[in-house]
Amino acid sequence: MDWGLFLIQMLNGVQLGVLLFLLAAGLTLVFGIMDFVNLAHGSLYMMGAYFCATLVQLTDSFILGVILALPLTALLGYIVELIIVRTLYTHDHLDHVLATFGMILCFDTAVDFIWGPTGMAIPLPEFLDSHIDLFGGHTFPVFRILIICTGLAVAGFLYVMVVHTRIGMLIRAGASNRTMVMALGVDIGKLFALVFAVGAALAGLAGMLIAPITEASIGMGNEIIIVAFVVIIIGGIGSIKGAFVAAMLVGMIDTMGRSFLDQLLKLVMSSESAETSAPALSAMAIYILMAMVLTFRPQGLFPPKVR
Amino acid sequence: MTSLFRTGLPAFVMVAGLGFLAFLPLLAVWVDNIFLMDLFMRLMILSIAAVGLNLILGYGGMVSFGHAAYLVIGAYAVGIPAYYDIYNGFLQFAIAILAAATVALVTGAIALRTKGVYFIMITMAFAQMVYFTFVSIEEYGADDGLTINMRSEFAGLLDIEDNFTLYYFVLASLIAVLGLVYRIVHSRFGMVIAGAKGNERRMQAIGFPTYRYRLVCYVISGAICGYAGALLGNFTNFITPEMGDWVHSGELIFMVVLGGAGSLFGPVLGTAVFILLEEYLSRLTQYWHFPFGAMLILVVIFTRGGINGMFRWIGAKAGIGGRS
Repeated sequence: MDWGLFLIQMLNGVQLGVLLFLLAAGLTLVFGIMDFVNLAHGSLYMMGAYFCATLVQLTDSFILGVILALPLTALLGYIVELIIVRTLYTHDHLDHVLATFGMILCFDTAVDFIWGPTGMAIPLPEFLDSHIDLFGGHTFPVFRILIICTGLAVAGFLYVMVVHTRIGMLIRAGASNRTMVMALGVDIGKLFALVFAVGAALAGLAGMLIAPITEASIGMGNEIIIVAFVVIIIGGIGSIKGAFVAAMLVGMIDTMGRSFLDQLLKLVMSSESAETSAPALSAMAIYILMAMVLTFRPQGLFPPKVR
Repeated sequence: MTSLFRTGLPAFVMVAGLGFLAFLPLLAVWVDNIFLMDLFMRLMILSIAAVGLNLILGYGGMVSFGHAAYLVIGAYAVGIPAYYDIYNGFLQFAIAILAAATVALVTGAIALRTKGVYFIMITMAFAQMVYFTFVSIEEYGADDGLTINMRSEFAGLLDIEDNFTLYYFVLASLIAVLGLVYRIVHSRFGMVIAGAKGNERRMQAIGFPTYRYRLVCYVISGAICGYAGALLGNFTNFITPEMGDWVHSGELIFMVVLGGAGSLFGPVLGTAVFILLEEYLSRLTQYWHFPFGAMLILVVIFTRGGINGMFRWIGAKAGIGGRS
């Protein structure tokens, strides 16, 4: 086996895991604290990518583009919460699914209208657009390492915020028992808006980080949002720690499955049937994992303690 | 007959609607616009799927976010035999119903152990598995889809190669499925399902194994959608796994909720509004998804019980129908 390739795929798995974590962190908080199912979280991911693409064009600097696009995405999230999401908290999950589904249609069309139907590439500055050498003659893009580092930094930041600050304490309290937090006199409306805006910024950041690799395109969030939901269900709704562990697990299984499952299957079956079944199995792997987790631990791996 | 009135709309409106569907082909010939017939055939086929979904969503309170998968299974049950030049319609439709029912049985047995949003997500996950299965089978076209050269043959009894015959076949199917769901809902079985939606613990306490009842209901619903899928395969002559994408599952839920979940004709009404509006708006502007999405949000925020609920409310005001 080629261990260099193995290492590269490991790193790719971590990179996907980190991106999923950025998406899932906001999703799981919004879900856990407000009990709100937000399918349109993927649209915020897309909007982040488009904001960043435009700002990079205007400023000629990727770093500046990201720094400016972050508050912009947070503001968009805040506005969306204020106008639409706020009125939906009292509705049931079915209504959330439908309304946010409508929001996806609106966002996708708005992007089509403003930026046109073709995608937007984000050019990288030279120091990011290079490769580092690994052993065995393999190379790995510097930018992907930056993604991993950013994601881990955000995870650390969120950990400190959630565990060691007053806001974080309220967020944890909200995830365990919303009514009690309200009864203790916390302005839950403000807390909700804040959490939604931060979640939007994190989703936007994920979009900004992936766009230089894949380019910003319409509907880019619609596939990954489903995977992000898989992540938070596996991790346990409302748990940042669960989201992180599950994101890494899903990122790793998905990447490794796609690259090595056919070789693994060849050990136990004929190479022909291995080659036909491997792509289907690897695409399904994360959903199988989720079904298994739900069967044996219906609340996910790290459910927040209730009451 | 009184229970028909419980659907909110006065029964004669719905009967008039079905009557309109029966005369539509004549109208289409008269105005020389055969496309009208295609539009309404699609509408009726998706109505059948929506009625099937409504059985568990509206009456049973089980929100399945993966019912488009059964449409795909049904469509491929026509497509795959056709690929091997087997056009026997009895066989194809039997495969469609049995395959959809089997998948529903296996996935339902697992999914029904979960509740609420977990149920929504696990049904979605299973639908994704079905989707990826068909995407990865190269033999049957994978992503590119599969062309069906000839429609199902019914041993000379019925020639659905003719569009008019297919139209009335679909219409008859719709009426039959409506009748079936009506019978199920008003049977003892249907009462248990409705009871389990209202208060599952109490139903269990008085001795009903609600899990088994729900599972059977879920399987019937999947089978109906499989049947609709077989019709869809015949109608389009070209099938892709993309029909089972989660977005289409979302659209199915929307059709049911738009018309009014838990009413007999609601899903038909919702599908009609959905399809006709889609058709109308997409001619008006290429950005038609925007008003469509905005409407979805407004419907959710301002009307509870969908269009049918609105009629029921008006009906109650006017003192007709509305005995909900």
